[in-house]
Amino acid sequence: MVPMQYYLLVSTFMMFVGVFGFFTRRNLLTILISVELVLNAVDINFAVFNRYLYPEHLEGMFFSVFSIGLSAVEAAVAIAIIIVVYRNLENIRVTGLNKLKD
Amino acid sequence: MEQYSITLLVLLLPLAAFLFLGLFGNRFKPLTAGLIATIEMAATTVIAYFTAFKYFTSDRLADGTFATCIPFDHVWLPFGKTLTFNMGILLDPISVMMLIVITTVSLMVHVYSLGYMKGEKGFQRYFAFLSLFTMSMLGLVVATNIFQMYLFWELVGVSSYLLIGFYYTKPSAIAASKKAFIVTRFADLGFLIGILIYGYYVGSYSFEYSVHIKAIAAAGTVIPLALGLMIIGGAGKSAMFPFHLWLPDAMEGPTPVSALIHAATMVVAGVYLIARLFPLFIGYAPDVLHIAGYVGAFTALFAAVIACVQTDIKRVLAFSTISQIGFMIVALGVSTSTDPHHGGLGYMASMFHLFTHAMFKALLFLGAGAVIHAVHSNEMKDMGGLRKYMRVTHFTFLIACLAIAGIPPFSGFFSKDEILVATFMFSPVMGYLMTFIAGLTAFYMFRLYYNIFWAKPCELKAGHDGHVHTPHEAPAVMTVPLVILAALTCVVGYIVPFGKFISSDGSAYHIHIDLKVAVTSIVVAVIGIGIARVMYRGASRKIADGLERNFGLLYRAAVKRFYIDEIYQFITHKIIFALISKPVAWFDRHVVDAFFDGLAWIAHVAAAKIKGLQSGNVQSYAVVFLWGIIAIMAALLFITFGVFWLL
Repeated sequence: MVPMQYYLLVSTFMMFVGVFGFFTRRNLLTILISVELVLNAVDINFAVFNRYLYPEHLEGMFFSVFSIGLSAVEAAVAIAIIIVVYRNLENIRVTGLNKLKD
Repeated sequence: MEQYSITLLVLLLPLAAFLFLGLFGNRFKPLTAGLIATIEMAATTVIAYFTAFKYFTSDRLADGTFATCIPFDHVWLPFGKTLTFNMGILLDPISVMMLIVITTVSLMVHVYSLGYMKGEKGFQRYFAFLSLFTMSMLGLVVATNIFQMYLFWELVGVSSYLLIGFYYTKPSAIAASKKAFIVTRFADLGFLIGILIYGYYVGSYSFEYSVHIKAIAAAGTVIPLALGLMIIGGAGKSAMFPFHLWLPDAMEGPTPVSALIHAATMVVAGVYLIARLFPLFIGYAPDVLHIAGYVGAFTALFAAVIACVQTDIKRVLAFSTISQIGFMIVALGVSTSTDPHHGGLGYMASMFHLFTHAMFKALLFLGAGAVIHAVHSNEMKDMGGLRKYMRVTHFTFLIACLAIAGIPPFSGFFSKDEILVATFMFSPVMGYLMTFIAGLTAFYMFRLYYNIFWAKPCELKAGHDGHVHTPHEAPAVMTVPLVILAALTCVVGYIVPFGKFISSDGSAYHIHIDLKVAVTSIVVAVIGIGIARVMYRGASRKIADGLERNFGLLYRAAVKRFYIDEIYQFITHKIIFALISKPVAWFDRHVVDAFFDGLAWIAHVAAAKIKGLQSGNVQSYAVVFLWGIIAIMAALLFITFGVFWLL
């Protein structure tokens, strides 16, 4: 059986890729994808901890399923926002989104 | 007590009229609004007379005095356990007498104003203010305690301010109203401090001294101070020297207002105040009372001298009012006991003179108003020979002049005679001085009379339309009040047994005329009138002009009112404004304000430095957010596992 650490390494890597992408990308869609990466890293952690530490329970599995559902909803909302942003600004660069400051 | 509950209407009716006309007056035709106020005032007068009738016909107490009735005394504002601010109605002989004076004169003025103010802009506003004034003045006299009196005292000040400044487009009227308000307000500062000292040491504001006799005795030593400060307020309202300077300027207001407020009612509030506090003065501060008397005597002389040379007829009357109020204060000031037979006569004399003076001075002002109405000028030089054109005004004015000069059987003679008797009892010097002032009074009043109605024949001036129009008698709505007041002036002196109702200890006192004093004062008055007749009756002013030349310095000083206004101007502008206000203003601007400006500047600079964080860029916020999480995580780990684990 693959040791648990490997899974955790993959999820940690995904998590920081997501964080890095969230900070550096200027395109709203890529930022959204980065957020999804962070979320999926967490999902992996849930599944792995459940499988390895408490094999007789299913809460972690259900939580990750629940989280996937939530992220789908979040993606729908985010994309709706992005579409509105595009209609207003003619692009989806995040640097353009500072109108509230003025 | 319940039988006097209707007296509350005396206050509520004018208040209702004020609110009604103030809010909705402009929806009515001017005349309708005026009639509403006048009818309301008539109703108030009837109630006041009814109250007075019932009060003075009620049974006297065992010691021969009238019971002091307090039909209402509502705790309005408790300051402490015992010290409360009450609102109520107190009926005793002097407050009932004042109710009659105020409502009578106010009703006459209301009726008269219907004619005098006809066609003026703001007719409704005028009547609303008159109602406000009447309400405040009535509230002042029926006050159950000194604080309520103070409240209404300020209210009459405000209504006086509003009415002096009635012609608010006229700069001189605005200046006069401000002057009146500021001068009296300044004096009222003393009044307020006196009230607070009194309340602090005695623990009650009530006028029922007998209830608090112990507390008052315990506070003995500060009572003179408190009363002295209160008198300053009274001197301000009653235009005593050195606060007299607002009253002549107050003549900028409409003439009926001068008659009501600045002759008959409001300006005697100071006299009324002293009368109210009379038992305290006699008991604890007779010296303060005497000082007030000396000030009153000086003011009476001072104002009488100025009145002799003024040329504006309303100013002459204003200075005459100041002088007569001086008489009333003197009468109170020479009192040495509450026994009317031994040294307490002045109290009765003062109230009597207040009563008669209100009638004949209102008459004089209303008569002067009719004259001004006819010739459209306040200056004597525009008048003369009016007796042929204005018979009613002439006749009533003459009666009033005779009354104020002290010729029997007109009312002024009786009251002035009592004052003179009281002053002679106190000191002969004072007595002769006041007799001399009485002579001056006769002189300046008849100077006024001859200048208006005799002297040179009236110059007929061509009006704007080219027609020569002769002065004409005022309409009936104006002459009827004149006739009524003249009738009162003729009879109140001897018909009303004044001393029976009002005396210093409340028991009945039979006024008897001291023949020596009476004859002296009549002779002096006749001499005064005679001099005025010689000097001013004819068309030539040879003697008058000669005197003006020979006494040039005194004459000019008197015309300039002895430069008191200039002295005030100098003190306020050159000393107070330049030496105190300006440095204080500088300190405020450059030190106090600068400190807060500095604080604002620091905040501004600091904000400029840190506002870079607020970039509006979501991602930079997220970076801060991440670092924050990392820091919190590090801190938690540090707390949980200790510093060595991290290292």
